[in-house]
Amino acid sequence: MRRVVSVIVNNSSGVLARLSGLFARRSFNIESLTVGTTEDPTLSRVTLVVHGDVATTEQVIKQLYKLVDVLKVTDLTEEKMMARELMLIKVTVNHQTRQEINHLIEPFRASVVDVGRESITVQTTGDIEKNEALIDLLRPFGIKELARTGVTAMARSQQKVHPVQQLLT
Amino acid sequence: MTTKVKTRTMSEETHGSLKSKPIRGAEMIFESLEREKVEVIFGYPGGAALHIYDALYQTNMKHILARHEQGAIHMAEGYARVTGQPGVVIATSGPGATNLVTGLADAYMDSLPLVVLTGQVASGAIGTDAFQEADVLGITMPITKHNMQVRDLNDLPRMIKEAFYIATNGRKGPVLIDIPKDISGGEASYEYPEKVSLRGFKPTTVPNILQVRRMKEAVAQAKKPLILAGAGVLHAKGHQELVTYAEQAQVPVTHTLLGLGAMPAGHPQFLGMCGMHGTYTANMAIQEADLLISIGARFDDRVTGRLDQFAPHAKVIHIDVDPAEIGKNVPTEIPIVGDAKQTLSMLLEEDVVSAQSSEWMKQLNKWQETYPLWYEDDEATLKPQKVLETFSELTDGEAIVTTDVGQHQMWVAQYYQFKQPNRWVSSGGLGTMGFGFPSAIGAALSQPDHPVYAVVGDGGFQMNIQELATVKDYNIPVKTIVLNNGSLGMVRQWQEVFYEKRYSESMLNQNPDFAKVSESFGVKGLRVTTIKEFEEAITHSLNYDGPMVIDVAITPGENVFPMVSPGTALHEMVGISKGGM
Repeated sequence: MRRVVSVIVNNSSGVLARLSGLFARRSFNIESLTVGTTEDPTLSRVTLVVHGDVATTEQVIKQLYKLVDVLKVTDLTEEKMMARELMLIKVTVNHQTRQEINHLIEPFRASVVDVGRESITVQTTGDIEKNEALIDLLRPFGIKELARTGVTAMARSQQKVHPVQQLLT
Repeated sequence: MTTKVKTRTMSEETHGSLKSKPIRGAEMIFESLEREKVEVIFGYPGGAALHIYDALYQTNMKHILARHEQGAIHMAEGYARVTGQPGVVIATSGPGATNLVTGLADAYMDSLPLVVLTGQVASGAIGTDAFQEADVLGITMPITKHNMQVRDLNDLPRMIKEAFYIATNGRKGPVLIDIPKDISGGEASYEYPEKVSLRGFKPTTVPNILQVRRMKEAVAQAKKPLILAGAGVLHAKGHQELVTYAEQAQVPVTHTLLGLGAMPAGHPQFLGMCGMHGTYTANMAIQEADLLISIGARFDDRVTGRLDQFAPHAKVIHIDVDPAEIGKNVPTEIPIVGDAKQTLSMLLEEDVVSAQSSEWMKQLNKWQETYPLWYEDDEATLKPQKVLETFSELTDGEAIVTTDVGQHQMWVAQYYQFKQPNRWVSSGGLGTMGFGFPSAIGAALSQPDHPVYAVVGDGGFQMNIQELATVKDYNIPVKTIVLNNGSLGMVRQWQEVFYEKRYSESMLNQNPDFAKVSESFGVKGLRVTTIKEFEEAITHSLNYDGPMVIDVAITPGENVFPMVSPGTALHEMVGISKGGM
C-alpha cells in the first residue's frame, strides 16, 4: 500500500543524504521524496511516499525518529490531507490531435505551458491518482518526455497535526 | 614523604587569564575533552590531525598511541564497554579515518558510546580529491549514531558537547566529528556550552507507568515466564535491579551473548546463554514460555533462530530504550520504551507479584541436570572447553575477558562463569575478528588493577597483532590467551557441517610461533600443550605485572555444541548431549 509520510527536519547540509541513506540501508522502498523549507527557515519539510504495510511504515517512522536531525514524523495516510505533485508532460501533436488534447486536459485543470511544432507541454498539479489518469489519457498520443516532482503534502486544517511552531517551544 | 606536584592544566589557563584570548581549534578540543572528564584518548597522528597532536603535546591528557587506527578504536570500545563512559579516538583524514570504519560499525551494532575525532583536509580542499581526502561523513553515516563536520570554528565546542551527549544518552552509540585542518589550526574565542539543546534528540528513558502495570499483571498470571536479558541491562547499569526483580517475581533468566554477567553465573534462576550456541535449557525455555520478557535485547537472528517459530506460546513484553527495536523482529504485546534500570526500578516500586512459576522452575532445573553443556574430554589433546573451565576456576570468574568472534568466543560464553557485570567484552553484532586483543587494552586502561584477559583465536589475533607494541610501550598488563587450532575455527566448523568438509581457505598453515612473536615485541610469551602447563601459565600470569601471551595448542577440529543451525528453530538444536549428534 502507498503511504504518505511527512517529516520535519533541521534545514542543514547532509540531512537529505542521511534520510535517503537510511531508506537504502534498511531496504525500504521510496516511491517519491520531496523537500523544501517550511515557514521556519531553519526547518524543512520532507514528504515521502513509501510502499509498505502498516508495520513497515511504523518501522520507517521509528527509524526516522532515530536521526538526530529529525524533529517530527507524521503518517498522513489515514489523515485528511492535501497531497499534490507537479507534473510536466511533453506530448506529440499534429494538426488533428492538437485541438483534441486541449479539450482532454481541460477537466484536469491542466494548462499548456509550451507549444512547439510537433509537441506541446502540459503542466498539471494534483494528487498521484489524478496525474496518473492524465498520463493514461495522453499516452496514446505519444509522450515524449515526462517530469514529476513527487508528492508534497500536509494535513488539512481541522486535523490535529503538530504545527511546526509547536515543535519550537 | 613525596609531594604530588600538580601540573597546571590548560583548563585552568583558559579559565583564568587566557579566557578571553582566542585559542586554536586544536586547543579547544582538549579543553572540551577535559571538561567532559575524559581520562584517556586512543589515536594515531597524521597530516590533517597535526594541529591536534601539536596541542596534545602541551596537555596532560593521557594518549595511547596504537599501532593501527583499528586497534585504537577497538581499545576505545573496550574502555567504553567496561566503564560505560565514552571511548575517545583521534585519527587523521583519509586512510586514518577509513581504518576506523570497522570499529565504528562494531560500536554501532553493540551500542557502545564513542566520540571519534577525525582530521580532514582543509575546508578549501574538501571535494577536490586532495591528498588523504575521503568523504568520511558519507562513509560513516550508516555506521554512526550521528556524525558532523565542523564548518565554522565557533561551532566546534558545541559540537563536542553534543557528541558526548548523543553518544551517552538513550541507546548509546558512536558519534564522529570530522575536523578540517584549517579549523583545528584556526583561532577563535572559546566558550564551552553548559547545556545541550537538540530539538530532534530527546530519548525516552522513563517508561509509561500504565505499561509497567500491564507487565506486572501479565507476570502475576504467567505460569512459564522467562526474562531474556541483553546488553541493554548492562548499559543502563540495571544488573542489581534485574537480579532483585527476577528473584522477587520468581522468573528465570537467560542472556543474550552480550548480556552475560548481568545475572551472576551460578544463580539458581540463571539458565545460561540462549541462541545459536546457547544452552538446551535456555532455548527450550524460550520455546515453552507463556510469557517472554525481553529487557535490553533486540531479538538478533543469532538469538531467535527461525523467527516464525520463535517463542510460539509466549506473550511478548519488550523493554527497550530504543523504540525502533520494539516490534522490529518479533511482534510485541506489551511494548515498554524505557531504560532497563528505570523500568526495573519502577517495577520494584510497584510491589512485585510473583509469577505462578514453581512447576516451571522444577522443569527447568530438570532440563539443566539432564542436558548440561558437555564435551568429550580426552587426555591426548587439550580441549578448549577444558581450558576455559580451568581458566574460569583459576580466575574465580572475576577477570575481565575480551574475545574476537568465533569458536573461542562461544566457548568463553559457555564456560566462563561471569560473576560480575561489565567484565565481558565481546564483538556481538558485527562479529569482528581482531577486536579481542585491542579491546582488552582499553579495558585494562580503565581498570588498571583488575586482571584483564584477551581470549582470541589464532586467526583474530593476527588481525591486530601489531598492538603488542602498544602493550609493551605502556606496560599494559593484558594477558592474551591464544586458543590456537591452526584454523579459522568457526569457518572450518561451518564448512564441516554445511559444506561437506570442503575446507576452503580456512586452514592457517603458516601460523607464526606466537610466543616468539611476543618475545620479539618484548612481551612475555609462553606456549602450552597440556592442561597442567596451562594451569601453571595462568597462575603465573595472575602474579605477573606486565603483558603476556599464552599460546595454547588446543585440539584441532573441535566444534562448538550445542548448535541451532541457521534457518531452524531454537528447539531444533543439535549436539545437545554426548552421542546425540
